[in-house]
Amino acid sequence: MTTTITQDDVLHLAQLSNLQLADDEIAALQADLGNILGYVDQLAELDTTGVDPTYQVTDLENVSRDDVVQPHEANREELLKLAPEQANNQIKVPKVL
Amino acid sequence: MTTIADYVGKSAVDNVRAAIDAARNSENFHALLSLTEERALERAARVDSGEITGRLAGVPFVAKDNFLTFGSTTTAASHILEDFHAPLQATAIEKLENEGAICIGKANLDAFAHGGSTENSAFGPTLNSVDQTRVAGGSSGGSAVVTALGIVPFALGTDTGGSIRQPASFNGVIGVKPTYGTVSRYGVVAMASSTDTIGCFTTNAADAELVMDIMAGQDTSDMTTLPDFFTPTDAKAQQKIGIIKESLTDDVDPQVVTRINEYVATLKDAGHVVEEVSLPMLKYALAIYYIIVPAEISSNLARYDGVRYGKRADASTLTGLYGQSRDKGFVTENKRRIMIGSYVLSSGYFDAYYLQAQKARTLLINEFNKLFETYDVLISPVSPTPAFKLGENVADPVKMYLEDIMSVPPSLAGLPALSVPAGKTNDGLPIGVQLIGQRRSDAQLLALVRSLEGEK
Repeated sequence: MTTTITQDDVLHLAQLSNLQLADDEIAALQADLGNILGYVDQLAELDTTGVDPTYQVTDLENVSRDDVVQPHEANREELLKLAPEQANNQIKVPKVL
Repeated sequence: MTTIADYVGKSAVDNVRAAIDAARNSENFHALLSLTEERALERAARVDSGEITGRLAGVPFVAKDNFLTFGSTTTAASHILEDFHAPLQATAIEKLENEGAICIGKANLDAFAHGGSTENSAFGPTLNSVDQTRVAGGSSGGSAVVTALGIVPFALGTDTGGSIRQPASFNGVIGVKPTYGTVSRYGVVAMASSTDTIGCFTTNAADAELVMDIMAGQDTSDMTTLPDFFTPTDAKAQQKIGIIKESLTDDVDPQVVTRINEYVATLKDAGHVVEEVSLPMLKYALAIYYIIVPAEISSNLARYDGVRYGKRADASTLTGLYGQSRDKGFVTENKRRIMIGSYVLSSGYFDAYYLQAQKARTLLINEFNKLFETYDVLISPVSPTPAFKLGENVADPVKMYLEDIMSVPPSLAGLPALSVPAGKTNDGLPIGVQLIGQRRSDAQLLALVRSLEGEK
Protein backbone atom coordinates (compact mmCIF):
# COMPACT_ATOMS: atom_id res chain seq x y z
CA MET A 1 0.00 0.00 0.00
CA THR A 2 1.17 3.53 -0.64
CA THR A 3 -0.44 6.62 0.74
CA THR A 4 -0.03 9.47 -1.69
CA ILE A 5 1.96 12.30 -0.18
CA THR A 6 2.41 15.31 -2.42
CA GLN A 7 5.24 17.80 -2.37
CA ASP A 8 2.78 20.31 -0.89
CA ASP A 9 2.01 17.82 1.89
CA VAL A 10 5.71 17.59 2.70
CA LEU A 11 6.05 21.35 2.83
CA HIS A 12 2.94 21.66 4.99
CA LEU A 13 4.19 19.00 7.42
CA ALA A 14 7.59 20.70 7.51
CA GLN A 15 5.90 23.94 8.42
CA LEU A 16 3.83 22.27 11.15
CA SER A 17 7.09 20.73 12.43
CA ASN A 18 9.11 23.97 12.31
CA LEU A 19 11.57 22.50 9.83
CA GLN A 20 12.98 24.60 6.99
CA LEU A 21 13.93 21.76 4.69
CA ALA A 22 16.68 22.10 2.13
CA ASP A 23 15.36 21.69 -1.41
CA ASP A 24 17.30 18.47 -2.00
CA GLU A 25 15.64 16.75 0.99
CA ILE A 26 12.06 17.17 -0.14
CA ALA A 27 11.79 14.51 -2.85
CA ALA A 28 13.30 11.75 -0.69
CA LEU A 29 11.11 12.67 2.29
CA GLN A 30 8.05 12.64 0.04
CA ALA A 31 8.80 9.04 -0.97
CA ASP A 32 9.75 7.90 2.57
CA LEU A 33 6.70 9.41 4.25
CA GLY A 34 4.42 7.83 1.62
CA ASN A 35 5.98 4.42 2.21
CA ILE A 36 5.81 4.67 6.02
CA LEU A 37 2.19 5.81 5.99
CA GLY A 38 1.45 3.08 3.45
CA TYR A 39 2.78 0.53 5.93
CA VAL A 40 0.88 1.82 8.97
CA ASP A 41 -2.33 2.09 6.92
CA GLN A 42 -2.87 -1.64 7.57
CA LEU A 43 -4.32 -0.72 10.98
CA ALA A 44 -7.45 0.45 9.15
CA GLU A 45 -8.44 -3.21 8.65
CA LEU A 46 -8.71 -3.79 12.44
CA ASP A 47 -12.17 -3.59 14.00
CA THR A 48 -11.77 -1.44 17.11
CA THR A 49 -15.43 -0.69 17.71
CA GLY A 50 -16.03 -0.20 21.42
CA VAL A 51 -12.33 -0.55 22.34
CA ASP A 52 -10.92 2.02 24.76
CA PRO A 53 -7.66 3.66 23.71
CA THR A 54 -4.51 3.10 25.81
CA TYR A 55 -2.54 6.28 26.42
CA GLN A 56 -0.23 5.06 29.16
CA VAL A 57 0.75 1.78 30.80
CA THR A 58 1.73 2.70 34.36
CA ASP A 59 -1.58 1.85 36.08
CA LEU A 60 -0.87 5.04 38.04
CA GLU A 61 -3.36 7.87 38.22
CA ASN A 62 -3.09 11.49 39.28
CA VAL A 63 0.35 11.29 40.87
CA SER A 64 0.99 14.43 42.86
CA ARG A 65 3.45 15.71 45.42
CA ASP A 66 3.18 18.34 48.12
CA ASP A 67 3.25 21.83 46.68
CA VAL A 68 6.54 22.80 48.29
CA VAL A 69 9.35 24.57 46.49
CA GLN A 70 12.33 22.24 46.12
CA PRO A 71 15.90 23.36 45.58
CA HIS A 72 17.31 22.52 42.16
CA GLU A 73 20.89 21.50 41.56
CA ALA A 74 21.26 23.72 38.48
CA ASN A 75 21.18 27.46 39.19
CA ARG A 76 20.01 30.36 37.07
CA GLU A 77 23.47 31.34 35.85
CA GLU A 78 24.33 27.81 34.73
CA LEU A 79 21.06 27.48 32.85
CA LEU A 80 21.44 30.87 31.20
CA LYS A 81 24.94 29.95 30.05
CA LEU A 82 23.42 27.13 27.96
CA ALA A 83 21.62 29.63 25.74
CA PRO A 84 23.41 30.50 22.48
CA GLU A 85 22.92 34.25 23.13
CA GLN A 86 22.15 36.14 26.32
CA ALA A 87 21.72 39.77 27.31
CA ASN A 88 20.74 41.34 30.65
CA ASN A 89 20.24 37.98 32.34
CA GLN A 90 17.83 36.90 29.64
CA ILE A 91 17.92 34.73 26.53
CA LYS A 92 18.27 36.83 23.39
CA VAL A 93 16.51 35.98 20.12
CA PRO A 94 16.01 37.80 16.78
CA LYS A 95 13.05 40.16 16.55
CA VAL A 96 9.68 38.43 16.42
CA LEU A 97 7.84 41.00 14.31
CA MET B 1 34.16 -9.82 28.22
CA THR B 2 34.40 -8.88 31.88
CA THR B 3 32.14 -9.07 34.91
CA ILE B 4 31.61 -6.62 37.77
CA ALA B 5 33.40 -9.02 40.12
CA ASP B 6 36.59 -8.56 38.04
CA TYR B 7 36.77 -4.92 39.25
CA VAL B 8 35.45 -4.98 42.81
CA GLY B 9 38.12 -4.66 45.48
CA LYS B 10 40.82 -3.54 43.01
CA SER B 11 42.41 -0.12 42.69
CA ALA B 12 39.74 2.13 41.17
CA VAL B 13 42.39 4.25 39.47
CA ASP B 14 43.83 1.12 37.83
CA ASN B 15 40.31 0.00 36.81
CA VAL B 16 39.56 3.35 35.21
CA ARG B 17 42.95 3.59 33.48
CA ALA B 18 42.54 0.07 32.09
CA ALA B 19 39.03 0.84 30.81
CA ILE B 20 40.13 4.09 29.18
CA ASP B 21 43.15 2.37 27.57
CA ALA B 22 40.85 -0.36 26.26
CA ALA B 23 38.47 2.29 24.91
CA ARG B 24 41.34 4.05 23.10
CA ASN B 25 42.58 0.76 21.63
CA SER B 26 39.09 0.09 20.23
CA GLU B 27 38.47 3.48 18.66
CA ASN B 28 38.03 1.87 15.23
CA PHE B 29 34.62 0.52 16.40
CA HIS B 30 33.43 4.10 17.02
CA ALA B 31 31.47 2.93 20.04
CA LEU B 32 32.22 6.01 22.16
CA LEU B 33 31.58 9.66 21.39
CA SER B 34 33.55 11.05 24.34
CA LEU B 35 35.59 10.00 27.34
CA THR B 36 35.10 11.47 30.81
CA GLU B 37 38.70 10.74 31.76
CA GLU B 38 39.46 13.64 34.08
CA ARG B 39 36.31 13.29 36.17
CA ALA B 40 36.59 9.49 36.19
CA LEU B 41 40.16 9.54 37.52
CA GLU B 42 39.26 12.15 40.11
CA ARG B 43 36.38 9.99 41.36
CA ALA B 44 38.56 6.87 41.22
CA ALA B 45 41.09 8.53 43.53
CA ARG B 46 38.27 9.28 45.98
CA VAL B 47 37.22 5.61 45.88
CA ASP B 48 40.80 4.48 46.53
CA SER B 49 41.10 6.88 49.45
CA GLY B 50 37.95 5.39 50.99
CA GLU B 51 35.91 8.57 50.63
CA ILE B 52 33.48 6.96 48.15
CA THR B 53 32.19 3.46 48.94
CA GLY B 54 29.37 1.22 47.76
CA ARG B 55 28.40 -1.94 45.96
CA LEU B 56 30.04 -0.75 42.73
CA ALA B 57 33.02 1.04 44.26
CA GLY B 58 35.61 1.58 41.53
CA VAL B 59 33.64 -0.25 38.82
CA PRO B 60 33.82 1.57 35.46
CA PHE B 61 30.80 1.87 33.18
CA VAL B 62 29.65 3.66 30.05
CA ALA B 63 26.41 5.60 29.55
CA LYS B 64 24.61 6.07 26.26
CA ASP B 65 25.09 9.67 25.21
CA ASN B 66 21.45 10.56 25.84
CA PHE B 67 21.98 10.41 29.63
CA LEU B 68 22.88 13.80 31.09
CA THR B 69 26.26 13.44 32.78
CA PHE B 70 29.03 15.68 34.07
CA GLY B 71 32.56 15.39 32.71
CA SER B 72 31.84 15.63 28.97
CA THR B 73 29.18 16.63 26.48
CA THR B 74 25.73 15.03 26.19
CA THR B 75 24.99 15.07 22.47
CA ALA B 76 22.26 12.46 21.84
CA ALA B 77 24.51 11.87 18.77
CA SER B 78 22.96 14.97 17.21
CA HIS B 79 24.39 18.17 15.77
CA ILE B 80 21.97 20.35 17.70
CA LEU B 81 23.39 19.11 21.03
CA GLU B 82 26.95 18.67 19.76
CA ASP B 83 28.41 21.11 22.32
CA PHE B 84 25.84 20.64 25.09
CA HIS B 85 27.22 20.38 28.63
CA ALA B 86 24.55 19.11 31.00
CA PRO B 87 23.81 21.29 34.06
CA LEU B 88 22.68 18.21 36.04
CA GLN B 89 23.02 14.43 35.98
CA ALA B 90 20.33 11.82 35.30
CA THR B 91 18.90 10.13 38.39
CA ALA B 92 20.15 6.75 37.10
CA ILE B 93 23.71 8.12 36.89
CA GLU B 94 23.47 9.68 40.36
CA LYS B 95 22.27 6.37 41.84
CA LEU B 96 25.16 4.44 40.29
CA GLU B 97 27.66 7.08 41.42
CA ASN B 98 26.24 6.89 44.94
CA GLU B 99 27.28 3.21 44.91
CA GLY B 100 30.79 4.12 43.75
CA ALA B 101 30.47 3.32 40.03
CA ILE B 102 32.54 5.48 37.67
CA CYS B 103 31.33 6.64 34.26
CA ILE B 104 34.30 6.61 31.86
CA GLY B 105 32.60 7.70 28.65
CA LYS B 106 29.52 8.25 26.54
CA ALA B 107 28.35 5.75 23.94
CA ASN B 108 27.28 6.35 20.37
CA LEU B 109 23.62 5.97 19.36
CA ASP B 110 21.26 6.76 16.53
CA ALA B 111 20.61 10.50 16.84
CA PHE B 112 17.96 11.02 19.54
CA ALA B 113 17.74 7.19 19.70
CA HIS B 114 15.86 7.09 16.39
CA GLY B 115 17.04 3.95 14.67
CA GLY B 116 18.02 0.32 14.87
CA SER B 117 21.60 0.30 13.64
CA THR B 118 23.47 3.36 15.05
CA GLU B 119 23.85 4.44 11.41
CA ASN B 120 21.68 7.48 12.16
CA SER B 121 24.31 8.94 14.50
CA ALA B 122 25.27 12.41 13.30
CA PHE B 123 28.88 11.37 13.99
CA GLY B 124 29.02 8.08 12.05
CA PRO B 125 28.01 4.49 12.81
CA THR B 126 29.31 2.10 15.46
CA LEU B 127 30.70 -1.15 14.07
CA ASN B 128 29.58 -4.57 15.25
CA SER B 129 31.86 -6.08 17.90
CA VAL B 130 32.17 -9.39 16.00
CA ASP B 131 32.18 -8.27 12.35
CA GLN B 132 33.23 -4.73 11.46
CA THR B 133 31.35 -4.84 8.13
CA ARG B 134 28.09 -5.15 10.05
CA VAL B 135 26.00 -2.81 12.19
CA ALA B 136 26.16 -2.70 15.96
CA GLY B 137 22.38 -2.56 16.14
CA GLY B 138 20.63 0.32 17.76
CA SER B 139 19.83 2.67 18.94
CA SER B 140 22.09 1.82 21.92
CA GLY B 141 24.74 0.33 19.62
CA GLY B 142 27.76 1.89 21.32
CA SER B 143 26.72 0.64 24.77
CA ALA B 144 26.32 -2.93 23.48
CA VAL B 145 29.70 -2.88 21.76
CA VAL B 146 31.70 -1.53 24.73
CA THR B 147 30.18 -4.30 26.87
CA ALA B 148 30.84 -7.01 24.27
CA LEU B 149 34.44 -5.84 23.81
CA GLY B 150 35.06 -6.01 27.55
CA ILE B 151 35.93 -2.31 27.84
CA VAL B 152 33.54 -2.10 30.81
CA PRO B 153 31.48 -4.76 32.62
CA PHE B 154 28.21 -2.88 32.13
CA ALA B 155 26.75 -0.02 30.15
CA LEU B 156 23.51 1.95 30.21
CA GLY B 157 21.04 2.24 27.39
CA THR B 158 17.52 3.38 26.68
CA ASP B 159 14.89 1.15 25.07
CA THR B 160 11.76 2.58 23.46
CA GLY B 161 11.01 -0.21 20.97
CA GLY B 162 14.05 -2.47 21.16
CA SER B 163 17.00 -0.09 21.46
CA ILE B 164 18.68 -2.13 24.21
CA ARG B 165 17.51 -5.61 23.25
CA GLN B 166 18.37 -5.56 19.54
CA PRO B 167 21.99 -4.34 19.87
CA ALA B 168 22.43 -6.78 22.80
CA SER B 169 21.27 -9.54 20.45
CA PHE B 170 23.59 -8.37 17.64
CA ASN B 171 26.64 -8.33 19.96
CA GLY B 172 26.05 -11.35 22.21
CA VAL B 173 25.47 -9.67 25.57
CA ILE B 174 22.52 -9.47 27.96
CA GLY B 175 20.17 -6.52 27.43
CA VAL B 176 17.57 -5.52 30.02
CA LYS B 177 14.47 -3.49 29.12
CA PRO B 178 12.57 -3.23 32.39
CA THR B 179 8.87 -2.79 33.11
CA TYR B 180 7.79 0.72 32.06
CA GLY B 181 8.30 2.98 35.08
CA THR B 182 10.99 0.89 36.83
CA VAL B 183 13.86 3.38 36.47
CA SER B 184 13.55 7.16 36.63
CA ARG B 185 13.98 8.90 33.30
CA TYR B 186 14.83 12.24 34.88
CA GLY B 187 17.84 13.66 33.06
CA VAL B 188 17.54 11.39 30.02
CA VAL B 189 16.75 12.82 26.58
CA ALA B 190 13.08 12.01 25.94
CA MET B 191 11.99 10.21 22.80
CA ALA B 192 8.55 8.60 23.16
CA SER B 193 7.33 9.13 26.69
CA SER B 194 4.76 6.32 26.78
CA THR B 195 7.35 3.61 26.01
CA ASP B 196 10.79 5.07 26.93
CA THR B 197 12.62 2.93 29.49
CA ILE B 198 16.13 2.83 30.95
CA GLY B 199 18.06 -0.39 31.27
CA CYS B 200 21.49 -1.95 30.99
CA PHE B 201 23.87 -4.22 29.13
CA THR B 202 25.85 -6.83 31.06
CA THR B 203 27.68 -10.08 30.40
CA ASN B 204 25.76 -12.15 32.96
CA ALA B 205 22.43 -12.14 34.78
CA ALA B 206 23.78 -11.49 38.29
CA ASP B 207 25.44 -8.26 37.15
CA ALA B 208 22.18 -7.14 35.54
CA GLU B 209 20.31 -7.87 38.78
CA LEU B 210 22.77 -5.73 40.74
CA VAL B 211 22.71 -2.79 38.30
CA MET B 212 18.91 -2.84 38.04
CA ASP B 213 18.56 -3.12 41.81
CA ILE B 214 20.59 0.08 42.16
CA MET B 215 18.90 2.04 39.37
CA ALA B 216 15.28 1.02 40.03
CA GLY B 217 12.94 2.96 42.27
CA GLN B 218 10.42 5.72 42.58
CA ASP B 219 11.67 9.26 41.91
CA THR B 220 9.72 12.42 42.62
CA SER B 221 11.46 13.96 39.59
CA ASP B 222 9.78 11.40 37.31
CA MET B 223 6.11 10.98 38.22
CA THR B 224 5.79 7.94 35.92
CA THR B 225 8.08 5.83 38.14
CA LEU B 226 6.36 2.94 39.88
CA PRO B 227 6.48 2.36 43.63
CA ASP B 228 9.62 0.32 44.45
CA PHE B 229 9.21 -3.32 43.47
CA PHE B 230 12.48 -4.62 42.02
CA THR B 231 14.13 -7.09 44.40
CA PRO B 232 16.51 -9.79 43.15
CA THR B 233 15.07 -13.23 43.80
CA ASP B 234 15.45 -16.90 42.85
CA ALA B 235 13.75 -18.51 39.89
CA LYS B 236 10.57 -20.45 40.39
CA ALA B 237 10.84 -24.12 39.46
CA GLN B 238 8.76 -25.58 36.62
CA GLN B 239 7.68 -22.36 34.97
CA LYS B 240 5.15 -22.35 32.16
CA ILE B 241 6.68 -20.73 29.12
CA GLY B 242 4.95 -19.83 25.87
CA ILE B 243 6.81 -19.58 22.60
CA ILE B 244 5.09 -17.09 20.31
CA LYS B 245 4.40 -18.93 17.06
CA GLU B 246 3.90 -15.76 15.02
CA SER B 247 7.53 -14.85 15.80
CA LEU B 248 8.94 -17.96 14.09
CA THR B 249 7.54 -17.66 10.58
CA ASP B 250 9.32 -18.24 7.29
CA ASP B 251 10.30 -14.56 7.25
CA VAL B 252 12.71 -15.20 10.12
CA ASP B 253 16.32 -16.23 9.38
CA PRO B 254 16.43 -20.06 9.73
CA GLN B 255 19.54 -19.90 11.90
CA VAL B 256 17.68 -17.62 14.31
CA VAL B 257 14.84 -20.16 14.50
CA THR B 258 17.32 -22.97 15.16
CA ARG B 259 19.01 -21.13 18.04
CA ILE B 260 15.67 -20.22 19.61
CA ASN B 261 14.56 -23.85 19.45
CA GLU B 262 17.83 -24.87 21.14
CA TYR B 263 17.14 -22.37 23.90
CA VAL B 264 13.68 -23.90 24.30
CA ALA B 265 15.35 -27.30 24.69
CA THR B 266 17.57 -25.85 27.45
CA LEU B 267 14.47 -24.55 29.24
CA LYS B 268 12.81 -27.97 29.01
CA ASP B 269 15.96 -29.72 30.26
CA ALA B 270 15.82 -27.42 33.29
CA GLY B 271 12.32 -28.70 34.08
CA HIS B 272 10.23 -25.90 32.60
CA VAL B 273 7.18 -26.51 30.43
CA VAL B 274 7.27 -24.86 27.02
CA GLU B 275 4.21 -24.66 24.76
CA GLU B 276 3.42 -22.89 21.53
CA VAL B 277 1.15 -19.86 22.00
CA SER B 278 -0.46 -17.37 19.65
CA LEU B 279 -0.22 -13.57 19.70
CA PRO B 280 -2.26 -12.61 16.62
CA MET B 281 -1.81 -8.86 17.23
CA LEU B 282 1.96 -9.24 16.71
CA LYS B 283 1.48 -8.54 13.01
CA TYR B 284 0.00 -5.12 13.80
CA ALA B 285 2.43 -4.10 16.53
CA LEU B 286 4.90 -2.37 14.25
CA ALA B 287 2.19 -0.29 12.59
CA ILE B 288 0.86 0.72 16.02
CA TYR B 289 4.38 1.62 17.13
CA TYR B 290 5.21 3.72 14.07
CA ILE B 291 2.14 5.86 14.66
CA ILE B 292 2.30 6.35 18.43
CA VAL B 293 6.05 6.79 18.74
CA PRO B 294 6.46 9.42 15.98
CA ALA B 295 3.49 11.28 17.47
CA GLU B 296 5.25 11.43 20.84
CA ILE B 297 8.58 12.25 19.17
CA SER B 298 7.07 15.20 17.34
CA SER B 299 5.99 16.60 20.70
CA ASN B 300 9.16 15.78 22.64
CA LEU B 301 11.52 17.15 20.01
CA ALA B 302 9.64 20.45 19.72
CA ARG B 303 11.90 21.73 22.53
CA TYR B 304 14.99 21.70 20.26
CA ASP B 305 14.59 25.06 18.62
CA GLY B 306 17.96 26.75 19.10
CA VAL B 307 16.64 29.18 21.71
CA ARG B 308 17.41 28.03 25.26
CA TYR B 309 20.19 25.52 24.56
CA GLY B 310 21.78 23.67 21.67
CA LYS B 311 23.17 25.00 18.43
CA ARG B 312 21.49 28.02 16.91
CA ALA B 313 21.42 28.72 13.17
CA ASP B 314 22.22 32.22 12.01
CA ALA B 315 18.87 33.72 11.03
CA SER B 316 17.43 37.21 11.02
CA THR B 317 13.91 36.18 12.07
CA LEU B 318 12.67 33.98 14.88
CA THR B 319 10.82 31.67 12.46
CA GLY B 320 13.98 31.25 10.45
CA LEU B 321 15.97 30.58 13.59
CA TYR B 322 13.61 27.76 14.60
CA GLY B 323 13.33 26.24 11.14
CA GLN B 324 17.03 26.38 10.26
CA SER B 325 18.31 25.33 13.68
CA ARG B 326 16.06 22.28 13.52
CA ASP B 327 16.87 21.48 9.90
CA LYS B 328 20.63 21.57 10.57
CA GLY B 329 20.40 20.04 14.04
CA PHE B 330 18.43 16.90 13.18
CA VAL B 331 19.38 13.97 10.93
CA THR B 332 17.02 12.78 8.22
CA GLU B 333 15.49 10.03 10.38
CA ASN B 334 14.64 12.59 13.09
CA LYS B 335 12.84 14.67 10.45
CA ARG B 336 10.96 11.65 9.07
CA ARG B 337 9.67 10.76 12.51
CA ILE B 338 8.77 14.32 13.48
CA MET B 339 6.85 14.81 10.23
CA ILE B 340 5.05 11.44 10.50
CA GLY B 341 4.10 12.50 14.02
CA SER B 342 2.78 15.82 12.77
CA TYR B 343 0.80 13.97 10.12
CA VAL B 344 -0.89 11.40 12.39
CA LEU B 345 -1.79 14.11 14.90
CA SER B 346 -3.17 16.48 12.27
CA SER B 347 -6.78 17.46 12.33
CA GLY B 348 -8.59 15.14 9.91
CA TYR B 349 -6.10 12.26 10.35
CA PHE B 350 -6.07 12.00 14.15
CA ASP B 351 -8.93 9.48 14.44
CA ALA B 352 -7.78 7.29 11.56
CA TYR B 353 -4.18 7.04 12.74
CA TYR B 354 -3.42 8.10 16.31
CA LEU B 355 -6.70 7.12 17.96
CA GLN B 356 -6.94 3.88 15.96
CA ALA B 357 -3.38 3.00 17.02
CA GLN B 358 -4.16 3.63 20.70
CA LYS B 359 -7.20 1.35 20.43
CA ALA B 360 -5.18 -1.32 18.65
CA ARG B 361 -2.63 -0.98 21.45
CA THR B 362 -5.37 -1.99 23.89
CA LEU B 363 -6.11 -5.10 21.81
CA LEU B 364 -2.41 -6.05 21.90
CA ILE B 365 -2.25 -5.54 25.68
CA ASN B 366 -5.39 -7.66 26.11
CA GLU B 367 -3.76 -10.53 24.23
CA PHE B 368 -0.65 -10.32 26.42
CA ASN B 369 -2.78 -10.24 29.59
CA LYS B 370 -4.70 -13.31 28.45
CA LEU B 371 -1.45 -15.24 27.85
CA PHE B 372 -0.04 -14.22 31.24
CA GLU B 373 -3.07 -15.80 32.93
CA THR B 374 -1.51 -19.13 31.92
CA TYR B 375 2.17 -18.49 31.27
CA ASP B 376 4.99 -17.05 33.40
CA VAL B 377 7.22 -16.10 30.47
CA LEU B 378 6.82 -15.66 26.71
CA ILE B 379 9.69 -16.10 24.31
CA SER B 380 10.52 -15.06 20.76
CA PRO B 381 13.60 -14.01 18.84
CA VAL B 382 14.76 -10.45 19.62
CA SER B 383 15.13 -9.71 15.93
CA PRO B 384 14.31 -11.68 12.77
CA THR B 385 17.95 -11.53 11.65
CA PRO B 386 21.48 -11.40 13.03
CA ALA B 387 23.39 -8.13 12.54
CA PHE B 388 22.95 -6.89 8.98
CA LYS B 389 25.55 -5.23 6.76
CA LEU B 390 26.33 -1.54 7.17
CA GLY B 391 24.28 0.38 4.62
CA GLU B 392 22.02 -2.58 3.81
CA ASN B 393 18.78 -1.04 5.10
CA VAL B 394 19.61 2.67 4.98
CA ALA B 395 17.75 3.44 1.76
CA ASP B 396 14.50 1.83 2.91
CA PRO B 397 13.14 3.11 6.24
CA VAL B 398 10.28 0.57 6.32
CA LYS B 399 12.73 -2.33 5.89
CA MET B 400 14.81 -0.90 8.74
CA TYR B 401 11.69 -0.61 10.91
CA LEU B 402 10.83 -4.29 10.27
CA GLU B 403 13.93 -5.26 12.29
CA ASP B 404 11.92 -4.06 15.34
CA ILE B 405 8.88 -6.25 14.73
CA MET B 406 9.45 -8.56 17.71
CA SER B 407 10.85 -6.03 20.15
CA VAL B 408 8.08 -3.42 19.91
CA PRO B 409 5.14 -5.48 21.29
CA PRO B 410 6.48 -5.61 24.89
CA SER B 411 7.31 -1.89 24.68
CA LEU B 412 3.75 -0.97 23.71
CA ALA B 413 2.44 -3.03 26.63
CA GLY B 414 5.01 -1.73 29.14
CA LEU B 415 6.29 -5.27 29.79
CA PRO B 416 9.80 -6.23 30.93
CA ALA B 417 11.81 -8.01 28.22
CA LEU B 418 15.35 -9.32 28.08
CA SER B 419 17.72 -10.13 25.26
CA VAL B 420 19.78 -13.18 26.20
CA PRO B 421 22.61 -14.68 24.12
CA ALA B 422 21.36 -17.88 22.46
CA GLY B 423 24.37 -18.87 20.38
CA LYS B 424 25.74 -17.81 17.02
CA THR B 425 25.26 -18.26 13.31
CA ASN B 426 27.68 -20.47 11.35
CA ASP B 427 29.60 -17.26 10.61
CA GLY B 428 29.89 -16.44 14.30
CA LEU B 429 27.25 -13.71 14.46
CA PRO B 430 25.46 -13.58 17.84
CA ILE B 431 21.74 -14.33 18.11
CA GLY B 432 19.55 -13.29 21.03
CA VAL B 433 16.41 -14.82 22.48
CA GLN B 434 13.80 -12.49 23.95
CA LEU B 435 12.19 -13.37 27.30
CA ILE B 436 9.05 -11.36 28.08
CA GLY B 437 7.35 -11.26 31.48
CA GLN B 438 4.25 -9.77 33.04
CA ARG B 439 4.62 -6.24 34.39
CA ARG B 440 6.90 -6.06 37.47
CA SER B 441 8.23 -9.60 36.93
CA ASP B 442 11.68 -8.22 36.01
CA ALA B 443 13.51 -9.88 38.89
CA GLN B 444 11.90 -13.26 38.11
CA LEU B 445 13.00 -13.02 34.46
CA LEU B 446 16.59 -12.26 35.42
CA ALA B 447 16.56 -15.06 38.00
CA LEU B 448 15.39 -17.51 35.32
CA VAL B 449 18.26 -16.47 33.05
CA ARG B 450 20.75 -16.80 35.92
CA SER B 451 19.43 -20.30 36.72
CA LEU B 452 20.16 -21.38 33.13
CA GLU B 453 23.67 -19.92 32.90
CA GLY B 454 26.24 -22.68 32.70
CA GLU B 455 23.66 -25.19 31.44
CA LYS B 456 24.41 -24.53 27.81
